[in-house]
Amino acid sequence: MFDQFDAILLARIQFAFTISFHFIFPAFSIGLASYLAVLEGLWLKTGKQVYMDLFKYWIKIFAVTFAMGVVSGIVMSYQFGTNWSVFSDKAGPVIGPLMAYEVLTAFFLEAGFLGVMLFGMNKVGKKLHFTATLMVAIGTFISAFWILSVNSWMQTPTGHEIAANGQFVPGDSWWDIVFNPSFPYRLFHTLMATYLTTAFVVGGVGAWHLLKDKTNAHARKMFSMAMWMAALVAPVQIFAGDLHGLNTLEHQPAKVMAMEGHYDSHPDGAPLILFGIPNSEEKRVDYKIEIPKLSSLILKHDLNAPLDGLDTIPDADEPPVGMVFWSFRIMVGIGFMMLGMGLWSLLARARKKLYDWPLLHRAAILTGPSGFVAVIAGWITTEVGRQPYTVYGLLRTADSVSPLDAPAVAASLIAFIIVYFAVFGIGTWYIMRLMSKVPQVGEKGVKSTESGPVRTAGIAPGPAQQDTPAFEPKRAE
Amino acid sequence: MDLTVIWAFIIAFAVFAYVVMDGFDLGIGILFPAFTVGDERDQAMNSIAPVWDGNETWLVLGGGGLLAAFPLAYAIILPATYPLIIIMLLGLVFRGVAFEFRWRDPDHRAFWDFAFTGGSLAAAFSQGMILGALLQGVEVADRAYAGSWFDWFTPYTLLTGVGTVAGYALLGATWLIWKTEDGAQQTAYRLAKPAAIATLGLMAAVSLYTPFLDGQYWARWFEMPNILFAAQVPLLVVILTYFLFRGLQKRQEGAPFLISLGLFFLGMAGLGISMFPYIVPNQITIWDAAVPESSQIFMLVGVAITVPLILIYTGWAYWVFRGKVGSDGYH
Repeated sequence: MFDQFDAILLARIQFAFTISFHFIFPAFSIGLASYLAVLEGLWLKTGKQVYMDLFKYWIKIFAVTFAMGVVSGIVMSYQFGTNWSVFSDKAGPVIGPLMAYEVLTAFFLEAGFLGVMLFGMNKVGKKLHFTATLMVAIGTFISAFWILSVNSWMQTPTGHEIAANGQFVPGDSWWDIVFNPSFPYRLFHTLMATYLTTAFVVGGVGAWHLLKDKTNAHARKMFSMAMWMAALVAPVQIFAGDLHGLNTLEHQPAKVMAMEGHYDSHPDGAPLILFGIPNSEEKRVDYKIEIPKLSSLILKHDLNAPLDGLDTIPDADEPPVGMVFWSFRIMVGIGFMMLGMGLWSLLARARKKLYDWPLLHRAAILTGPSGFVAVIAGWITTEVGRQPYTVYGLLRTADSVSPLDAPAVAASLIAFIIVYFAVFGIGTWYIMRLMSKVPQVGEKGVKSTESGPVRTAGIAPGPAQQDTPAFEPKRAE
Repeated sequence: MDLTVIWAFIIAFAVFAYVVMDGFDLGIGILFPAFTVGDERDQAMNSIAPVWDGNETWLVLGGGGLLAAFPLAYAIILPATYPLIIIMLLGLVFRGVAFEFRWRDPDHRAFWDFAFTGGSLAAAFSQGMILGALLQGVEVADRAYAGSWFDWFTPYTLLTGVGTVAGYALLGATWLIWKTEDGAQQTAYRLAKPAAIATLGLMAAVSLYTPFLDGQYWARWFEMPNILFAAQVPLLVVILTYFLFRGLQKRQEGAPFLISLGLFFLGMAGLGISMFPYIVPNQITIWDAAVPESSQIFMLVGVAITVPLILIYTGWAYWVFRGKVGSDGYH
């Protein structure tokens, strides 16, 4: 009942499942680490209590998110070997060192300072604690740098040679490998995505509490900060995404053809297909709504520029069109929706209704999780779009897989699905419960839940709040 | 010394750092049910809450470093022990989230404590079995694992699995002797002795079994001139054993943990004697599996700069949380 094809497909599903689940956490924690650093920095600078309260409110959520990111991330570092051993052997000399640098320069930095960030405020003093927070935030950034360099090299491999034993080995310069052609675009686009993801989560939580009490100073502050991010970053992100797309057109044209749904070449201007149903059997898009020549204008900045279609690519080298086509539209749609939210918030500010416009707040709650959908959709676009290769144009997915029997992979896949949905589902619920609590004056830090025995420790009160009773309402939970 | 040997030592160092650092974390998880709910368990948990994440990072360095420095070995060993790796990873998932979840959800604390223990036990046992599976040999053909997916399951690997669980329990118990007080410390003293006996007994059993496995282990240990060097390892184990039991008898606080680290170091040295220069015993040497020199140099620069820094700030983090932990966290 199982043949080799099944083992490959199962391994792909397992990787896709574990990486998608994993990425949800860093997509949030990269942005949140920066947000926490900003909050603590503002607190140090202004001495205003509200920033420390928000810091302590969000650090509890950060701690849960980070723990889930760590444990799901360890799975990834072994998944290359367990399921993609041929790829690991062949690409190891090139990607291995980059991943080692990620561990050495990012993971240790994050982990080393996380303990102090979470538990050490009253042990090390304010300045050193802020340094720890900064180190964690910088660590998340460095981590993104290296792992996106690896991914980008797999998408647009440069700077390597192929040795006699079939391994990819470094060429003259590591520079060419690390800064491969798609890397700067992917790095910037991904970092902006994490900032937007975090901004919309923070905005959604702020809006939730504003709906209940529009005078809540904490909710006002977080909502306002989040909406500034949306207004400022969303347009930058759309522009960066466009540049990333042009870069992809240059290096991975087949991916762009799938994104656009261009089965056929268009010698005198390609249309932009807004919607439709890709039909790979017949090699056409059914029920399509299209704007003539707009795709050529976007991709070539010329209405009549010719654009090749998938008819120029051998069938065996084509990515699956449907998934790429749809996931791309979801990502772009959410991007413009985020831009809309940003503009709406500017309008609300101009009309002095930012904290007094329930419809805006409802929309912010609704769009709160949209960043997660967008980043997953974006990754599906770029990862499915580079099929059928692991190292683009050089090593096929089918030739990368471990020599494992399908039942072994099926069993592990089922185990991952059950455990991830259970454990991370529960974790997400805990996070949402933390978010539903009203931020308080004199908010407590990590491990200060009502019945948690370490409530007396956690993070010591700052000078501004020495006289404020550490207050959190008793809740029966 | 050539770069490949240097890299073998770096990977061995990462593995050792992982084994002893996450070893006491996992050991605490294994022993957790023996501590009473409330003060004792909270002390135990709090003693590692600020550092477990950093400790676990060495596992990522071990795995990532193996991929980076010896990708062929990584590509053979992981498929060869596939089910064990998956069990270890899932065990670490449960263990890792339990740190946060047990505080977030006091109503289900019992479940997350169970997950903490079960996850720690699964991770420790599978790590020991992975080591055993490697030592007993894996089938290799054409740069890939060529055995079936249950080759790792033998009496020998069961022995190494149980041995690792016992060893981690010893590290956990002696760590808690150092870091806790009152009831938790008493419980830790009570657990340390049986854990030490089990560890030493199983260490002896594994050491006696290993030379009779297929391979050249006998020759590496018992032929001249190797024996002159190799014989020091069991000798030192005997000496440390004496001081370990003496320390426990005299109720010393820090010494038992440091001596347990020493025992693990000797275990690692013994492993090195058994394996070197193979990375997959009798199949792949470190030179067969090594990446080209330019990759080695590129990473060595990073290691030379970052590892001292890592050790400094990790040491600083331990220093910040020095002393007895108390049941209400560090204060």
